[in-house]
Amino acid sequence: MPNKDIKLVSVPSPNFVPERDLGKPLVLEVSHLGIDFGGLTAVDDFNMAIGATEIAGLIGPNGAGKTTVFNLLTKVYQPTRGTILLNGKDTAGMNTIQVNREGIARTFQNIRLFDSLTVEDNVKIGLHNSMNYHMYHGILRLPKYWKEEKAAHEKAMDLLKIFDMEDMANAKAGSLPYGAQRRLEIVRALATSPKLLLLDEPAAGMNPSETAELMENIEKIRDTFQIAIMLIEHDMNLVMGVCESIAVLNFGKIIAKGTPAEIQNNPQVIEAYLGAKKEED
Amino acid sequence: MKKHTKNSFLNYGIIILFFVIFQTLVSTKHISNSLQGQLIPICVYIVMALSLNLVVGISGELSLGHAGFMSVGAFSGVIVSTALKHSVENGALRLLIAVIVGAIIASVAGVIIGIPVLRLRGDYLAIVTLAFGEIIKNFLNVLYVGVDAKGLHFSLKDEASLGLDIATGTTIVNGPMGAVGITKISTFFSAIILVIVTLFIIQNLVYSRTGRAIKAIRDNRIAAEACGLNVTKYKLVAFVVSAALAGSAGALYALNYSTVVPKKFDFNTSILILVFVVLGGIGNLTGSIIAAALLTVLPELLRAFSDYRMLVYAIVLILVMLITNNEKARILTTEFKYRLKIKKKSIGNKEVSE
Ligand SMILES: Nc1ncnc2c1ncn2[C@@H]1O[C@H](COP(=O)(O)OP(=O)(O)O)[C@@H](O)[C@H]1O
Ligand SMILES: [Mg+2]
Repeated sequence: MPNKDIKLVSVPSPNFVPERDLGKPLVLEVSHLGIDFGGLTAVDDFNMAIGATEIAGLIGPNGAGKTTVFNLLTKVYQPTRGTILLNGKDTAGMNTIQVNREGIARTFQNIRLFDSLTVEDNVKIGLHNSMNYHMYHGILRLPKYWKEEKAAHEKAMDLLKIFDMEDMANAKAGSLPYGAQRRLEIVRALATSPKLLLLDEPAAGMNPSETAELMENIEKIRDTFQIAIMLIEHDMNLVMGVCESIAVLNFGKIIAKGTPAEIQNNPQVIEAYLGAKKEED
Repeated sequence: MKKHTKNSFLNYGIIILFFVIFQTLVSTKHISNSLQGQLIPICVYIVMALSLNLVVGISGELSLGHAGFMSVGAFSGVIVSTALKHSVENGALRLLIAVIVGAIIASVAGVIIGIPVLRLRGDYLAIVTLAFGEIIKNFLNVLYVGVDAKGLHFSLKDEASLGLDIATGTTIVNGPMGAVGITKISTFFSAIILVIVTLFIIQNLVYSRTGRAIKAIRDNRIAAEACGLNVTKYKLVAFVVSAALAGSAGALYALNYSTVVPKKFDFNTSILILVFVVLGGIGNLTGSIIAAALLTVLPELLRAFSDYRMLVYAIVLILVMLITNNEKARILTTEFKYRLKIKKKSIGNKEVSE
């Protein structure tokens, strides 16, 4: 069992923003973020900066607090401590909706689609705030309704093309196979035109070929949309393959940060993972 | 044509067919008096069921006080209609004004209830709407309204304290005796128009950006927030539109009788409307239409049993729940649907091959 009392090596820890993003403002700057659930400190002193087009990884054993970090960033939980700057703007006091409008979109570890809606409508929900016709335009079927719905349809189809999902557009989201549901969540998140995309275990439940395709697509998404991506993942091939920087979380604290190569050889990381493995066995 | 467009036209078709058939029966005098008297209530209950389905089925919230909004519309509609009796002589126009005012006042009530409750997570709406229905009934029980040359008079005490002018005054609302001396201005035709307008509003709303958001929030609130949807706003939109439609139905309903008592819009009526929605299928508008129409005439057809109406409803409701939750019954219905499909397909193939 890893020692809970190990003091962190680096506070504030160094960040690994890729060189190409150095001239640009940081998309995310988190300092001393923490949350307590009653007596339990789920995340503590979490520091991280992400460059404008960086792909960052967040790894750690189960229960380390990774999803909780995403829930803090998206204000599903209000942080107990710390600050989150999104494009330099403090998100204190914002709620989930406002944070999304400011540019964070996410997927969920336990898939959360609008099951009874079609695939296309799921994407259109992502486009909702970029459309601006009013309720009465819709009820009276005024020209603005037709025009914007048509544009949304085309945009949704374009987005679905990223994952070759156009032919599923009319299927109910709840009826899709697991892998397709995960991909649809990503498309829906992208539809909200985020600056930072949070992916919570995007490859969970996917087979190796789907995972390989996902890896390519994550890079493709970053290149096409010029956005930053932060992902939580247990598939080490994927993490080491696409992430430019990785933070390792254990018991709610960052125990290491670095490039994939650095992380792979970090004894503390290895111990955290082996320790967790032993516990599970 | 998309499936939902087809469904929308089916619903308009059913209503128009219903109108044509019964209008013909009425004009050729092939209809019993009691059934003819049910035509407007049928339309009203269809509107009530459709509008409740917007909250229960589309928005996924439970409302147990839908009759409360109906009564708000009914009483405000009657007050307006009686007050305008001399200034607006045309009955159809006065009905239109009364229905619109009923809708507006009911939607105000909807906003007042909806804003605090729909911000909360959890099924608080059921409790609050239940209370609303009871409160509004008790309020109307002590409400006295009259009109004379000087205008409208209100009192929460008794009729005498209205202080109406003896020569020109009329009492409109008389406490537990309800709205009295109503001039009947509702017609079957106007009731059909209201059903069609209701269908138009709900169907076009559901298949627009707003309706999509309402359904998304119902399916997954957390994901909807993560997509930047204003959850409270869209829940409120569904609730208030529903209240407004119930208010307009209430006005039309009241203006079909000479008196209407507050007790008419009690908890039983709210549950009755909920039963229409549940029996017709939650979220299924065609189902709401059919269930509301059938269950409104059923007691009329089984007049002798009308004392046991609520008992019968309870039994029917339990049966339906048993059937819909029964594995065997579900298998039977899916098999039946499957066979129907095959039949349709083979008919279709024949047409092609011939
Ligand atoms: N809402 C909550 N209330 C109490 N404890 C929570 C809550 N959410 C998460 N936790 C706890 O925080 C810890 C981290 O959970 P989580 O972030 O889901 O881990 P993971 O790294 O596997 O995603 C766990 O011990 C979990 O039980
Ligand atoms: Mg997790």
